[in-house]
Amino acid sequence: MTDESREFNAASFYEYLKEGRLMGIRCRDCAHLSAVPRPLCPACHSRGVEWHQFSGKGKLSTFTCISIVPVAMAEQGYGRDNPYCSGVVTLEEGPRISALLLGVDASNPQSIKTGIPVVLDLENLAQDKPRLAFHPA
Amino acid sequence: MVASVKKRRLGRQVSIVGAGMSHFGAFRDKTSRDLFVEAFQDMMDTLDQGIDVEDIECGYVGNYSSDLFEGQGHTAPIIADWLGMTPAPVTRIENACASSGSALREGVMAIASGMYDVVLVGGVEKMTGLPTEGVTDVLATAADGLYEVPAGMTFPGIYGALAKAHMDRYETNLDHLLKVGIKNHNNGALNPKAQFNVTIRQMMERRQARAEQRGETVPAWKDEMDFLNDPASNPWIAWPLRLYDCAPITDGASCLLLVSEDIARNFTEKPVQIAGMGQASGRPLHDAEELTSLSAAKYAAAQAYAMAGITPQDVQVAEVHDCFTIAEIIATEDLGFFEPGEGPRAVDEGRTALTGDRPINTSGGLKSKGHPVGASGVAQVIEVFQQLRGEAGARQLSNPNLEVGLTHNVGGTGGTCVVNIMRRG
Repeated sequence: MTDESREFNAASFYEYLKEGRLMGIRCRDCAHLSAVPRPLCPACHSRGVEWHQFSGKGKLSTFTCISIVPVAMAEQGYGRDNPYCSGVVTLEEGPRISALLLGVDASNPQSIKTGIPVVLDLENLAQDKPRLAFHPA
Repeated sequence: MVASVKKRRLGRQVSIVGAGMSHFGAFRDKTSRDLFVEAFQDMMDTLDQGIDVEDIECGYVGNYSSDLFEGQGHTAPIIADWLGMTPAPVTRIENACASSGSALREGVMAIASGMYDVVLVGGVEKMTGLPTEGVTDVLATAADGLYEVPAGMTFPGIYGALAKAHMDRYETNLDHLLKVGIKNHNNGALNPKAQFNVTIRQMMERRQARAEQRGETVPAWKDEMDFLNDPASNPWIAWPLRLYDCAPITDGASCLLLVSEDIARNFTEKPVQIAGMGQASGRPLHDAEELTSLSAAKYAAAQAYAMAGITPQDVQVAEVHDCFTIAEIIATEDLGFFEPGEGPRAVDEGRTALTGDRPINTSGGLKSKGHPVGASGVAQVIEVFQQLRGEAGARQLSNPNLEVGLTHNVGGTGGTCVVNIMRRG
């Protein structure tokens, strides 16, 4: 629970992330949780949503290791010879979110196992557009 | 399968009387308008009785992103001008890779509403003007730009994640994916309009011949699977997907002439009827109902089956959205052709081949025919139109009683799905 009054949008989500907090929403009417903030509850459509801080702990549900990379990732040094891992994390509170997975060998996908515990990565958050990333716990 | 959906009906029946497409491929000097004109002329040639372009009352053009691919927005009136259709109303429809599936739907509803009798629908995409990285970025804009793209997700990446989830949950393996590609190339080799009008074995043999000509070491691939398991010939794109799991980057256009069923025989003796239509929306993968299925496909299929009054078992030929090999496997499960998790075995058993009991992507699919994203939905319908009329040439199915065909056209990673069912009219 929190009394934060920031708007329920991506700007707020990434501001919180810079502060090291994974903030989504909880619906006051149906208790549904969403890992990303939005003004209407995606389950019951209520306007009565409030900020909810997630622990940042979860499990890796599925992933991919990307070799043909978008321009923004190429600028960070990723590419054919240096793939990165991106996946879907199921947070311990239930909701899922897409995220980068750091601290794994993306050149050897067989070494990465779904179901492993992961935690929010707090490195490199103090940039203009912080990236949402997890690493193995 | 979705338990039940409202059975909807059209205000009046609509027929497809003409269908045409450009060649699919990489055409450096052709823009969208040129590609669409080629498709239009091909369509006009299929009308036994012909038509004056002035008699086409309205048009819908599916196009994903001429803005980003070509620096040209507001594509529909330019195409109308190049066809000689002005001042008829034309509208561009954008639903990512399902753009022309949705354009067809709009055209059908325009006739069913009673407002128009003769409507042109189609799609076009000119993609090869950008380098691969640029195309990757443009395609990624069909995903959630706030919460998927910043997580590094690309279009192949999201399907890679779906594939991994399918492999974890079922007995799906990398060979199943490769076999879908081999099968679709076998079909595409019989399609003169296909971008890769060649089997994977032929591609392998050509490479070996080229190496020999140049006096280089000839790669010792013994068959297609050997060739496809060689990282030098089939590099990773988004593990577990490799190059030959991905539909290519393609330029192309497609179009159909739709008319009210009561006047269909003024145009052709062999009209094809729109028997059922469905379209649904879906959420990003991280908010999806399941990680091994596209819910929009299941809802769209349920709507189309209800409207047509048929079950999945009644479908005799289907074109499904194989933007990636895993997508075809998931499509055949979402459409109810096979139980969840049974899609890979059906591939192994050859059931989805041209000679199988459940032929899928007889055109070569997006994989071999090519995937000019905005044109693909209507191009799928063209294949079913030709199969139902017995005009599919070397790919013609041997079943002499083909009556019912289906198309499954996905936008993005399941944000949109359009399913159409056609019946010989």
